[in-house]
Order: sequence, then structure tokens, then C-alpha cells
Amino acid sequence: MELSTQKDLQPPIMPAEEKAVSPWVEAWRSFRKNKLALIGTIIVVFFIILAVFAPLIAPQGINEQMLSKRLQAPSSEHWFGTDDFGRDIFSRVVYGARISLWVGFLAVIGSIVVGCLLGVVAGYYGKWVDTIISRVFDIMLAFPSILLAIAIVAVLGPSLRNALIAIAVINIPNFGRLIRSRVLSVKQEEYIMAAKAIGMSNSRILFRHVLPNSMAPIIVQGTLAIATAIIECAALGFLGLGAEAPNPEWGKMLSDAKAFLIQAPWTMIFPGLAIMLTVLGFNLMGDGLRDALDPRMKN
Amino acid sequence: MLSYTLKRLFSLIPVLLGLSLIVFFMIRAIPGNPAQIILGQLATKEAVEELTKQLGLDQPWYLQYFTYLGGLITGDLGESLRTKTEISQEIWPYLAATIELTFVAMLIAVFIGVNAGIISAWYQNSWFDYVAMVLALIGVSMPIFWLGLMEQWAFAIKLDWLPTSGREEVRNPIEAITNIYMIDTLLQGRIDQFWDVIRHLILPSFALATIPMAIIARITRSTMLEVMRSDFVRTARAKGLRMFWVVYKHSLKNAIIPVLTIIGLQMGLLLGGAILTETIFSWPGIGRYIYEAINYRDYPVIQSGILIIAFIFVMINLVVDLLYAAIDPRIKYN
Repeated sequence: MELSTQKDLQPPIMPAEEKAVSPWVEAWRSFRKNKLALIGTIIVVFFIILAVFAPLIAPQGINEQMLSKRLQAPSSEHWFGTDDFGRDIFSRVVYGARISLWVGFLAVIGSIVVGCLLGVVAGYYGKWVDTIISRVFDIMLAFPSILLAIAIVAVLGPSLRNALIAIAVINIPNFGRLIRSRVLSVKQEEYIMAAKAIGMSNSRILFRHVLPNSMAPIIVQGTLAIATAIIECAALGFLGLGAEAPNPEWGKMLSDAKAFLIQAPWTMIFPGLAIMLTVLGFNLMGDGLRDALDPRMKN
Repeated sequence: MLSYTLKRLFSLIPVLLGLSLIVFFMIRAIPGNPAQIILGQLATKEAVEELTKQLGLDQPWYLQYFTYLGGLITGDLGESLRTKTEISQEIWPYLAATIELTFVAMLIAVFIGVNAGIISAWYQNSWFDYVAMVLALIGVSMPIFWLGLMEQWAFAIKLDWLPTSGREEVRNPIEAITNIYMIDTLLQGRIDQFWDVIRHLILPSFALATIPMAIIARITRSTMLEVMRSDFVRTARAKGLRMFWVVYKHSLKNAIIPVLTIIGLQMGLLLGGAILTETIFSWPGIGRYIYEAINYRDYPVIQSGILIIAFIFVMINLVVDLLYAAIDPRIKYN
């Protein structure tokens, strides 16, 4: 007992042979210890499985109507009940995961690609290019984001594809600004100067050094942006500006359920629960990633 | 302070010009002939030509923009295609309804959010802290349109405590003076109607307040935790000051800046969220005004509605920026 106490007081001695771990391994270790982040990851994986294996999981198709079974309460046959067309809500919620995750991932990837491009150009070349791009970002951020999305869909016409485009566009300035500020700080580093001195081309410096050094915040911001994108997609669907019938988009399902609030509240409960859980999953995962990848960003 | 205020006002000019430019190009970005799209396929050629003229689409775009900008500066927001009324004349009641709703929602979010955050920090790791933070996590992820529907179902339909929708009792209409009904009913001394207004406000404002409330609670908690560990708080406690004063006077004052930033940022969420909340609760605000205009392809109304909300958002952020300096004299702007 005494011996071990003695030992605890000693400064830890690193064995000489232990190699320095990569920051990614370190991040994974700290992520693994974060319970909330793990719960979030499990939720996200669960919904991804639902989306991928939807045809195997859902007992019925998205548009199999049985008018004799309209607006039935949840039962062993229809776990989440049926809607006003007699369609199985459980099946529709399962297929809905496909739409929401698809829009979430694709829109965010789109905004990351465009945002990175604009951010890198603004940060690296500076001067008037930077002024113009940054001003455009400022102006876009001056709109409440969902309002800008509504405006874009109002112009392009309501459809799921246009909703996806709108969501991607409104998220561009967030990534653009993030990358721009990273580029500005990385640009000052000595190794960039060294790379320049040995005659490395601008594009090579950008792709070999600047972008890889900006990966961590992009991953964090990207995960959280998927959560927002899913809510925005559902909001547009709810307003009738997103997915068209009979697509089982969760927001659209909620908007259809409005008319049956008194008779059949389950038509409203389950799609909403699905949105909330998916968004919660991505939020928890994003928070966990932030704590693991960049302790400085923690607040 | 004055020079900073002027500088900030000056820097708004490009942003406001940009806003007007984006909104201006909205209608011109409609694929095809906008006038034809607005009127539909069955419209006569004359009608399309007339609308083209009315919207000024027959002129070069820079002339159109300067005409539009000139109109905006003199308060001309264009004419609604549906009601044939000047938008600047009909917009105020809608705007007032939204201001009332978002103001009450913000009040709820700040009051509950800040207090929940403070108590969570004060009793860190207690059951209250635990429950509040789980609720806040869920709250951040809550789709407000779903929450609104659930509220309607639970409190208006099942329990029948509150009205499902609208702003006033149809059988007991309120005489509008300012169109902010809480003020109007009080001005007229109609306590019964004031109570009515409050009852109609509860469900939509709570739905709208949820997300900002959750975010404010989380930020307040984390900044308070930091402040409460600092030396001056320890000193205050050592002096024998009661914990209540330590928390609410000394700590809160120092924790308020990040909270204030978040409150400013949340205003955008509130104004954007208003369009969803107003749709669910049939609240006759500017969000609903825009939503209806979208269904009628009433583009001048969509343009002006969006422009006004964005303008309000920009102004609120300016005020928040200026408030920092007022609250924390350590902040020096140069």
C-alpha cells in the first residue's frame, strides 16, 4: 500500500520506446470516453442502418394504400399506426430516413466543397478577392438562414432537389469563413514559408498543407451542420416547399398530419420523433467530436 | 463610443446594399419569364405584358435596381399582386404581430434559460443540473414545428386549457391602436382582452422560445462555471457574502457577455422560426404573410417581407454589439 502511494507521487516516466501517437488516435481515445458522444454515434448509426436497409426493415412500401385501414391507432400489425391513406406509418418513417440523411449528407458535402474553395481563395490570395468573398458571406449571414432557404426555393420552385440546393447554399458562408480563418492562420506558419522558399506551387501548398490542417474543424462543423440541414429539410417539407407527395419525407408527413391532430395524433408523433432523434444524434456526435478534435473550441 | 457607433453604422451600408441586391435579383432569378410564371400558363398575353411593365422587367436591370433602391429609401416597398395594396401600408399589422410574438418568446427564453443555467452551475452535478442539461440537449435538437403541433394537441385539444390558434378571440375582437395587442388592450383598459391575448401567446411563444432557451441555458451554465471558479468570487464568498448575491450580482455580471452574444445570434433563429410557428398557430405575423405570398406567387410581398426581417436582424446585431461596450467597459474598440 505504502509502496504504491510512494509511486503515485513520482512524476510519470515515459518509457523510451513509446511512440508519439497521431492526433487522430488521441482524438479517438478521448471521443471513446465521452458517453454522450457515443450515444449520439449509436443513434446516427441506427438511422443509417434504417436508411440503408429500409426495404428489408419496412413491412410495407411507402405508398401501399389500404383505404379500409385509414387512420388506425398503433397496433402489433401497424407499430406506428396508419395515415389517412391507410399507409403504414412505420414503413414511411423508415424510408423517410433515406431522404433526410441523403439531403443532410449531400447538402453539407456540397457546402463544404464550395465553402472550402471560396474560403481558401479568399484567405490565400487576400486583397480584393478576399474583400468581395467576405462581403458576400456577411450579406448571406445577415439573413436568418431558414428565410434565405425559403427565398431560394421560392425562386427555384418547390421540390426536394431545390430544397437540397437551398440548404447547401445557405451553409456555404459558415464553412467559407471557417476555412478562410484557418488559411489566414496557417499562412503565417514557418513551414508554409519554407514550402514557398523551396519553390512549392500555391496549389500544392494549399492541398498538401493548408487543407489537411483544417480538417478537424471541418469535420466538427460538418457533423453539426448535418443536424441543422435535416431540420431545415424537414422545415421546408413542412411548409410545402420540399419533398413532393408521396415521398415519405418527415417534415412533409408532419404537415399532412396537421389535419388529423384530433383524430389521429400518432400520424404526427412518430415522424417528429424521428427528426428529433436523428438531429439529437448528430448534435451529440458533433459536440463529442469538437471536444475530442479541438479542445480549444470547447465552451 | 460615439465614433465606434458611427463606424459600425457606416459598415452597415455595404451589407444593406447587398441585402437589397439579393432581394432585388430574387424575382429576376425565376427561370423563364417571371411575369408568365407568376400569372400561370393560362394568362393572356396582355396581362403578362402589363405585369412585366408593372414590375419594371422591361427595362435594363441596373435602371430597375436604382428605381427599386430609390423606392426603398423613400419607404416604397412595392405593391402586393394579390391585394393590389401598397405593401408599406398593409405590412405593419403583420410586423407588429411578429414583434409581439418574438419579443415574448425572447423574454421567456432569456428568463428561463439564464436562470436554469445559473442554478445548474450553482448546484453543479445535482439532479437539477442533470435534468436541465438533458432537457437543453433535447431542446437544441427540437424541430419547433413538431413541438408546436404537440403543444396544440396536448394543451389545446386534449386538456383544452388554451386556444389552438390565432391572436385574439374571434367573438371578442380587439380594437387595434398600435397593433401590438398587449399594449392596445391595456391602453383601452380591457383586462379581459389582455388576458385573452396572453392566453393566445403562451403556446406559440413557448414553441418559438424552446431552442434559444436551451442554447442560452447551456452557455450560461458553462460561462458561470468558469466565472464562479475565479478569484474574486472566492474573495466575495470569503468575505461572508451570501451565495445568492455572489451568484446573481458578481458572477452573472461577468458571465453576461457570451450570453448576450448568443441572445443576439438567436434573434435570427427566432425571426426565421417565426415563419414556422406562425404557420402552425395561424398567427397573423410577417412569417405567415410571406408564407401565404409564396402560395400566391406574390413576389413583391415575398421580397419585401424577407428584406424587412433581414433588416431587423442586422439592426439587432448592431444593438447587441453596441451593448457590449455599454456593459463591459473593458472592451475597447479601435
